[in-house]
Amino acid sequence: MSSPATRPEDLMGLTKGEYDTILDILGREPNLTELGIFSVMWSEHCSYKSSKLWLKTLPTEGPQVIQGPGENAGVIDIGDGLAAIFKIESHNHPSFIEPYQGAATGVGGILRDVFTMGARPVANMNALRFGSPDHPKTRHLVDGVVAGIGGYGNCIGVPTVGGEVNFDPAYNGNILVNAMTVGIASTDKIFYSAAAGVGLPVVYVGSKTGRDGIHGATMASAEFDDDSDEKRPTVQVGDPFTEKLLLEACLELMATDAIVAIQDMGAAGLTSSSVEMASKGNVGITLSLDDVPQREENMTPYELMLSESQERMLMVLKPGREDEARAIFEKWELDLSVIGETNDSQRLVLMWKGEIDADIPIPPLVEAAPEYDRPWTATPPRAVREPSEVAEPTDISEALLTLIGSSDLCSRRWVWEQYDHMVMGDTVGRPGGDAAMVRVHGTKKALAISTDCTPRYVEGNPVEGGKQAVAEAWRNVPSVGAKPLAVTNNLNFGNPERDEIMAQLVGAVQGMGAACEALDAPVVSGNVSLYNETNGQAILPTPVIGCVGLIDDAASAVGNGFTAEGQTIIIVGQTAGWLGCSIYQRDLAGGSNGAPPPVDLVTERRNGDFVRTAILDGLVSACHDVSDGGLAVALAEMAIAGGIGAEIDATPDIPTHAWAFGEDQARYVVTCSDPDDFLHRAAAAGVPAEATGTTGGPALTLPGAKPISVANLRETHARWFPEYMASR
Amino acid sequence: MSAAVIVFPGSNCDRDIAVALEAALGTAPLMVWHGDSALPGVDLIAVPGGFSYGDYLRSGAMAANSPIMREVVSHAGRGVPVLGICNGFQVLTECGLLPGVLMRNASLKFVCRDVDLRVERGNTAFTGGYKVGDVIRIPVAHHDGNYFTDPDTLKSIEDNDQVAFRYCEPDGTVSDAANPNGSLANIAGVLNGNGNVLGMMPHPERLIDPLLGGTGGTPMFTALAEAVAA
Repeated sequence: MSSPATRPEDLMGLTKGEYDTILDILGREPNLTELGIFSVMWSEHCSYKSSKLWLKTLPTEGPQVIQGPGENAGVIDIGDGLAAIFKIESHNHPSFIEPYQGAATGVGGILRDVFTMGARPVANMNALRFGSPDHPKTRHLVDGVVAGIGGYGNCIGVPTVGGEVNFDPAYNGNILVNAMTVGIASTDKIFYSAAAGVGLPVVYVGSKTGRDGIHGATMASAEFDDDSDEKRPTVQVGDPFTEKLLLEACLELMATDAIVAIQDMGAAGLTSSSVEMASKGNVGITLSLDDVPQREENMTPYELMLSESQERMLMVLKPGREDEARAIFEKWELDLSVIGETNDSQRLVLMWKGEIDADIPIPPLVEAAPEYDRPWTATPPRAVREPSEVAEPTDISEALLTLIGSSDLCSRRWVWEQYDHMVMGDTVGRPGGDAAMVRVHGTKKALAISTDCTPRYVEGNPVEGGKQAVAEAWRNVPSVGAKPLAVTNNLNFGNPERDEIMAQLVGAVQGMGAACEALDAPVVSGNVSLYNETNGQAILPTPVIGCVGLIDDAASAVGNGFTAEGQTIIIVGQTAGWLGCSIYQRDLAGGSNGAPPPVDLVTERRNGDFVRTAILDGLVSACHDVSDGGLAVALAEMAIAGGIGAEIDATPDIPTHAWAFGEDQARYVVTCSDPDDFLHRAAAAGVPAEATGTTGGPALTLPGAKPISVANLRETHARWFPEYMASR
Repeated sequence: MSAAVIVFPGSNCDRDIAVALEAALGTAPLMVWHGDSALPGVDLIAVPGGFSYGDYLRSGAMAANSPIMREVVSHAGRGVPVLGICNGFQVLTECGLLPGVLMRNASLKFVCRDVDLRVERGNTAFTGGYKVGDVIRIPVAHHDGNYFTDPDTLKSIEDNDQVAFRYCEPDGTVSDAANPNGSLANIAGVLNGNGNVLGMMPHPERLIDPLLGGTGGTPMFTALAEAVAA
């Protein structure tokens, strides 16, 4: 045994109480390796100790769900013997410290989570939050994160098809980088992580292990302070080329029946992969650390177990299949090493230079992981703002131009042109649409994918904001004509040990749960990122939702640009003019305040289902959901995307600025060549729908406002991002 | 009649080009691993896009030294059509089949977007489906697509009519604004002296289906199918 932890006062992020539990489990002091293993396994990042209690309340089941939370990624049935496998995951702390590598390895990690399960990844998405554009670090962080996401996805050859990018001073010291991957597998070829069976070889494949990323999971579970830059050595370095080889080699081996279980080495590396496989399989595991391929000299067991070197996998094979696996990995020029064996001891035993270096009983290491019911006090409700309480603009058209030219609403072309969004030849809905669409290779079907969250709503009312995050991600899917099937969530919050932050987490999860239930979109996978604070300044509560849906024939989908002149423009859903917490209020009327718009889930479901059916029935030529910036921004985006203007002849019975910029939920703008049919059907379904104008001409004219040329809209929309990134 | 797609470690448009070739030829191409050393009975070779060897060292540099490339060079010398797209173009310049080099984009950033190309040469196996002066729309997706040669090479390329495509405005005007990567003389695709080897940065295989946003690449594969059938 190596010596006990040299500095008992340094508990590697564990509390004294947690340390005492370890003493009980082992019946002795842990040594350095053992303490390191407990520390990462019980870190917030790996154990979900603050959120588990609440995550359990989320709906996770449905006839479409093949595998819910608890595996590397969620799995849903998409028919014809195929499954979509997907998950979203954060890489926030590493990306703030080293934006290129942090973001790149975030993409690499989520890709591995998906192909570990037997899927070929077919799409990457992301949700990014940066600090104020005025903050001196923001430009550098945007540049590095975007390049890192592109650098990894472009090289491995998986299209990055969409996402969201937003700015707010609350992220000045703690940006968010959430990456999502969607893959496709045969339903009879899905791989899980349970290492059931004894006497089976444990096989290490992929890159060699180095000293990078040691204790990354622990870093991800603590707040930042002024010395955060010193944590750079805990950021991993990505090698997408090796990951491409690993992907192809794994899929080739998966086509055989040699694999019993497989788990990628992500957070907490060899530790969490070996412990999870053994725990789920109800077996013990003995590893010979001398046999772990090593990139650096004189590595210690502690370093080998805690390294987060990238592009590595751990597999349990059927006995005698090692040579078959080795031949495949050698063809792809990758390391394969048999490093251990399963047994019936239910213990993790690490051998090093002929001696036992660590010996931990696995059930308590996993099951005695702390779970906290952290105190919280419900977020106080905010007052509802009447339209009359929110200042009118002097000119509606000028206000619209300001909004669509702003950092949050302008075109993201600068970002997504750095992502290869077309490789694999199935991107039928490119970035810039409501949902991205990727055809299922060799079929007519397509997956529709969106990511969304409106943090200022969650801040204003965590429950309604949690609902809205689900509702908006969901709404993007019927907007193209697809049926939403399930979601993945990435809960980004501050320090849960503070009552008010825990209240945000609890409220958001409650709202999400209600929405997922009502919208029939269970949560099948997810990730929690807490302690997103620097020097006590928490981020806005940001529970990001990734939604995946299906359309049977990609050719029946619609886009969000006007397609022809003379089409009738119809607003679906009720416009009450809710300006509280709106972008208009935040940017043009003194700052975001008041209650956010409420989400009526029954209405949301009914309107979404109606729009989707109308699209599939061929009644709709274009569709766009209404979100940030309200109707005016939605109409402007449709005009820009189609290069066609519109005349809006509605006569709102509410103040014009509330009509134009209010952010009432459950709304869509559609265009039809046969409006009567659409309106009749809407009336029959009890869906509010109102013809409100006609497409055509070179300008967009809003009620009571001067026309704005489409050229001006387009130029204003396009300008901010490239100018900002080019300025110094 | 059969086509081959060369696959290097890190190729990632191999499936895409195979789909395009199969649609045009009616049969699936042979997928040939970089470590192989024979190309039996092949009358069309495609070197696909991607990041062969991670683009480490220099784009295309390591792939150009793969065993299979000796066979590709030898086939090219016998007049077999060889099409290199994106990383494949980089490989063909690195192994000397095509003049010039591809440097980092002038913007220093990866760029993925549809571009307009003016067809500069129509009478080849690749471009027989287009007319000189046609403007086609297909995407680029690269970090190292900035075509460069010394002045003498450029002059000989131009004099010998080896430029196949130039980046242009939708109306065919060749301008700096239409150049996505800083390429010399807006060169997007270049032929060898015999006209049987074409390297191009844009991806014709990505726009062969209206659902994907266009069919600007389709005539190239139709022409190739006709050329190798003839």
